[in-house]
Amino acid sequence: MREVAIIGVKNTNFGEMWEKSLRDIFVEAGVGALKDAGVAGEDIGSMYVGNMSSGQFVDQEHVGALIADYSGLARNLHVPATRVEAACASGGLALRQGILAVASGYEDIVVAAGVEKMTDISASSASTALAAAADREWEGIMGATFPGLYAMIAKMHMDKYGTTSEQLAEVAVKNHFNGSMNPIAQYKNKISVDAVLRSIMVADPLHIFDCSPISDGASALVLAPADIAHEYTDTPIYIKATAQASDTIALHDRRDITTLDATVFAAKKAYQMAKLTPKDIDLVEVHDCFTIAEICAIEDLGFAKKGQGGKVTQEGETAIGGRIPVNTSGGLKACGHPVGATGIKQAVEVTLQLRGEAGKRQVDGAEIGMTHNVGGSGATAVIHILSRNR
Amino acid sequence: MSVSRFWRKQVNRYNLIGTHCSECDEYYYPPRNMCPTCRRDGKLEPYKFGGGGEIVTYTIIHTAAEGFEHQTPYVLAIVKLDEGPSLTSQIVAKSEEMSIGMRVKPVFRKLGEGSDRGMIYYGTKFIPA
Repeated sequence: MREVAIIGVKNTNFGEMWEKSLRDIFVEAGVGALKDAGVAGEDIGSMYVGNMSSGQFVDQEHVGALIADYSGLARNLHVPATRVEAACASGGLALRQGILAVASGYEDIVVAAGVEKMTDISASSASTALAAAADREWEGIMGATFPGLYAMIAKMHMDKYGTTSEQLAEVAVKNHFNGSMNPIAQYKNKISVDAVLRSIMVADPLHIFDCSPISDGASALVLAPADIAHEYTDTPIYIKATAQASDTIALHDRRDITTLDATVFAAKKAYQMAKLTPKDIDLVEVHDCFTIAEICAIEDLGFAKKGQGGKVTQEGETAIGGRIPVNTSGGLKACGHPVGATGIKQAVEVTLQLRGEAGKRQVDGAEIGMTHNVGGSGATAVIHILSRNR
Repeated sequence: MSVSRFWRKQVNRYNLIGTHCSECDEYYYPPRNMCPTCRRDGKLEPYKFGGGGEIVTYTIIHTAAEGFEHQTPYVLAIVKLDEGPSLTSQIVAKSEEMSIGMRVKPVFRKLGEGSDRGMIYYGTKFIPA
C-alpha cells in the first residue's frame, strides 16, 4: 500500500448562489484544485465526486460523467469519474475512495471532489430531499425531520448529562466567529448566545441558529502518491489515516441515542492507523450539522469526556487558541453545508491550516489535523487524519 | 410515498407487527428479513407487540416536514416497547404533558396523505398511558 498526499485544494464560495449552476461551481473548484497542484488534465487517472442528491435538487443524475465532461476531461481524455453517495458524508467518502485508488497503485493522480447545488428548489423541498438520508419508511413517514432527529439527541443529552441550551448556543457562536474570518463562508456575521436563544424554535430544543443552512458549494482536492508529491508542491499534506464505519439507518435503533457509534468506531480505527491519540491532534473539522452534533462529535472523537462536550465548549477549549480548535472554517453552521461538498471542504480547510495558509483563523504551529464527516443521523461516519510531516 | 410502498407494510403499521428471532430471542420493530444479531442463522417469525412502552426521548416539531405543515407543533418521539425494540412515532399529546420515561400506549391514527386526491395513510401513533 502506498502513502498518499494532498497536492492541491480549492473551495468555491459557499452560500446561496442564484447565478451559478451545479456545473459552474464544480468546474470552478476542480480547475482551482488542479491549478493549485500544478497538474494538467492529461495527468489525471480518475475522479471521485461526492454528491448526495443532484436528482432531487436539480433533476440531474449521472453527475460523474457530467462533471468530467464540463471539466474538459471526457471528450478527448475519457477520464473515469465516479459519483459517491452517503448522504451528508458523500464528500468524505469520495476522499476515501480517491485515497484507496492512489494507495492501491491503480491510479497516480486522482481528483477527489464534492458538490451540491441546493437552492434551485424551495427550502421545504430541500428539507424533504435531505430527510431521505434518514429512514423514509419508518422515520420520515411519521413526520421526522433532520432537525427533529438531532433535537431528540439533544433532548436526551440534556436529560442525561445536564447539557444546556446556552452550551448548544456556544457552538454556533464560536463557529460564526470562525466563519467571520473565512472568505468563503456563507455567514461571516458574528452572533451572540442571546441571539441563538431568541431565534425561532425549529424542533425543541433546537433553534434555527442551532442548524446548519441550505447551501450551494463545491470543493476539490488533488491526491498523489507521497513519493512524487514534492514534484508538484513544496507543502504536500500527508494522509495518515482514512477510516469509515456504518451504523443503523434509523436513530431509534442505535445502542445509545447520544453516542454516534459509527464515529467512535471509525475514530478508533483512524487513531490506530495513524498511531496517534486525541492529544496529538492540533485541530479538527467536525460534522456540526446541528450544534448538538458538534458536542457529540468532540466526545465521540475523544476530545472531551462523554457528557462534557457542552461544558468544554462553554469554557473556550474548542475555540482557536484553545486546547483543541474545532471547526476553524466556521463548520457546517457558518461556512455552510452543501452536503456533497462538506467532507472535501473539511479536508481543504485542514490542508490550508497545515500549510499555514489559513489567514486570520490560522492555528499556530498546526501539524496534525482531523476531519469528521457524518451521513444522516449517524449511519455513516468517515474520518481522516492529515499531517504536514510524512 | 407510493401506494405500493406503503401497502407492503400496511399490516405491520396497523397492528404493530414486527419480528422475533427464536434463535437469539430478540424482538425487532420495524420488521426485519434478516436477524441483525444472528444473520443467516436467525429464525425470524412475525410478532405482534403488546404496545406498552416508554418515551426514550422526544421533540416538539415547529418547522414541519412536507405534508405535515398543518399539524405543527407536533410531538415526535422515540418509544421503547416493553419487548425491547424502539421506534419513531408521533405522540398524540400536548407538549406540556411530555417527559422522558413516561409510559405510552398505541392508538390507530391517520399518519398523512399522498396529496389532495391521494391515498390517506393510517398507522400507529402513541398516547400517554
